[in-house]
Amino acid sequence: MAIDMTFPEFQIERDRDKCIDCQVCARQCSNQAHFYDEEEGIVVSDDSKCVNCLRCVTLCPTKALTIKKHDMEFKLNANWNETAIKEIYKQAATGGMLLTGMGNDRNYPIFWDHILLNASQVTNPSIDPLREPIELKTFLGSKPERVLIENGRLAEPLPPQLELEIPVMFSAMSFGSISLNACKTLAMTASAIGTMYNTGEGGLHKDLYKYGKNTIVQVASGRFGVHPEYLNAGAAIEIKMGQGAKPGIGGHLPGEKVGAEVSSTRMIPLGTDAISPAPHHDIYSIEDLKQLIYALKEATEYRKPVSVKIAAVHNIAAICSGIARAGADIIAIDGYRGGTGSAPTRIRDNVGIPIELALAAVDSRLREEGIRNRVSLVCGGSIRNSADIIKAVALGADAVYVASAALIAMGCHMCQKCYTGKCNWGIATQDPNLVKRLNPEIGTRRLKNLLNAWSHEMKEMLGGMGINAIESLRGNRLMLRGIGLMDNELRVLGIKAAGE
Amino acid sequence: MAELKTTIKHKKIMAKEEFCAGCRLCEVHCVLAHSKYRNDIVKAFKKIYPRPLPRIIVEEQKPISFGIQCRHCEDPACVKACITGAMSKDPETGIVTNDENRCIGCWTCMMSCPYGVIVQDVKGGHIASKCDFCIDNGMDPACVKNCPNEALFVVDQE
Repeated sequence: MAIDMTFPEFQIERDRDKCIDCQVCARQCSNQAHFYDEEEGIVVSDDSKCVNCLRCVTLCPTKALTIKKHDMEFKLNANWNETAIKEIYKQAATGGMLLTGMGNDRNYPIFWDHILLNASQVTNPSIDPLREPIELKTFLGSKPERVLIENGRLAEPLPPQLELEIPVMFSAMSFGSISLNACKTLAMTASAIGTMYNTGEGGLHKDLYKYGKNTIVQVASGRFGVHPEYLNAGAAIEIKMGQGAKPGIGGHLPGEKVGAEVSSTRMIPLGTDAISPAPHHDIYSIEDLKQLIYALKEATEYRKPVSVKIAAVHNIAAICSGIARAGADIIAIDGYRGGTGSAPTRIRDNVGIPIELALAAVDSRLREEGIRNRVSLVCGGSIRNSADIIKAVALGADAVYVASAALIAMGCHMCQKCYTGKCNWGIATQDPNLVKRLNPEIGTRRLKNLLNAWSHEMKEMLGGMGINAIESLRGNRLMLRGIGLMDNELRVLGIKAAGE
Repeated sequence: MAELKTTIKHKKIMAKEEFCAGCRLCEVHCVLAHSKYRNDIVKAFKKIYPRPLPRIIVEEQKPISFGIQCRHCEDPACVKACITGAMSKDPETGIVTNDENRCIGCWTCMMSCPYGVIVQDVKGGHIASKCDFCIDNGMDPACVKNCPNEALFVVDQE
């Protein structure tokens, strides 16, 4: 083998005074970055294998380990930086496309951090959520133009609605891309909190049917795991047209991850690659999409709302107008920072637009056209905290999707190596040795804590604005001000600059 | 059985095999809990020679792994087998302990133990080494407390 032209990305520092050679690190590293040297009787490390997932650091009983960016540097160059040079070495050595995991990590502007919230002072009272109730309940689904009431009751049935206790759902992550224990954690949390998780294109594992009331079942371009029982098992159906991390790109679950359980859940042969085509081969227009929406509504007797998920791309507003007119009850928009188990690096880092701009553009367009009531808007693609959610709702979202945040709550340390299948935290892996590291009971406890903490924070922010129900904040862009934004960005966001 | 036995408390540490990550932190913390440096892992491992043996054993045949230690049996064979009376079951707590001052290292207990959870501590005084349920620490077992995935838990049986 010719020489490897690169140097390790990280360096493992082992404090020899603290290390007791207990080998916990060696047993836990799926990349074999740590190993026991029997001759010397000590644990040693190989920097080149480290991915900085921090499993060893977290479990080391004496805190003897530190992982750092490698001290080694190329000659400083603002244009040809380390990433640019190393990517070329990698492609020159392998001839392959570069792969990555999780969301776009490039230094693009984060609009959430350029938006500020309002609060009540003097002229209107703020509300203390510890003393007065503040409502976060959210209903997703098509709302009628008007309601007919007879004898104090609705005279006509409402279109099917999803009832959420908080405007936060877990976005689509398939069984295959993540482990069954991770799926169980999401399902158990959604069920305990009163929200939804989403099967992704992985089908519904037999152990998860009992969480059906809190499940959105997905139908994507590969149609894996789709059958009548599956469609009727969930509370809603989502047609996946695109994903924020890889707009225009399909999916590929390598055969190594298709074990017995994944195989039977997806209804594909054991050990075969699960390839989701880039487009749906039966959808080449809004009219085609409408056919699928209504086929799914027929299959579920019009009892379940149908959502359409798309990636945020340049003409998002016009596309969403079409989707609303095609009969979708919910539109889920996934921004360019959305996560993934695997995507080509170039696509993840260069395709799509920010969710903040996409969401504002879609909400404005649907209002202008007078069809905003026909659909609920859900946005995802790097919602990091409760303030992001409040800002999203004020920009026009009915609810948000979170996935990366949920995985982080379970233990993910964002090493972006999901595509290797060697996730040391038992999340993005099918290796039985690794999957068992994620105990769904612990995961559920942590995830419930996160959502409860967010609920408290959202109530505080709403109360501060003098608003006692999230419904009253929806699309209320006067509660937002931009800071450090240019005129055209403020225009798209539909918000004023701070001080205006 | 004609007569009813008086029931005593019967505590056991059990493992959830499906969540054991095989890291063996239970062993590390067991060693620490039975060393003279209870709050300093580094000293417990570096300053004591011979190092105390862990009293929990992690059985492993990947992907299956689990920690196992003394079951503190209701009718312990090791207590019956012990020729010096070193092994005894506390009538109140139900915990089976080995009095290391009386143990002569004949290993009869080891041979009688149906779970194979008594080990020879040859270097550390030629005695039988086994789980004492962290009795000196308020019966708050170190292995259970420090399992990162909550794969070990205490069962209380009457």
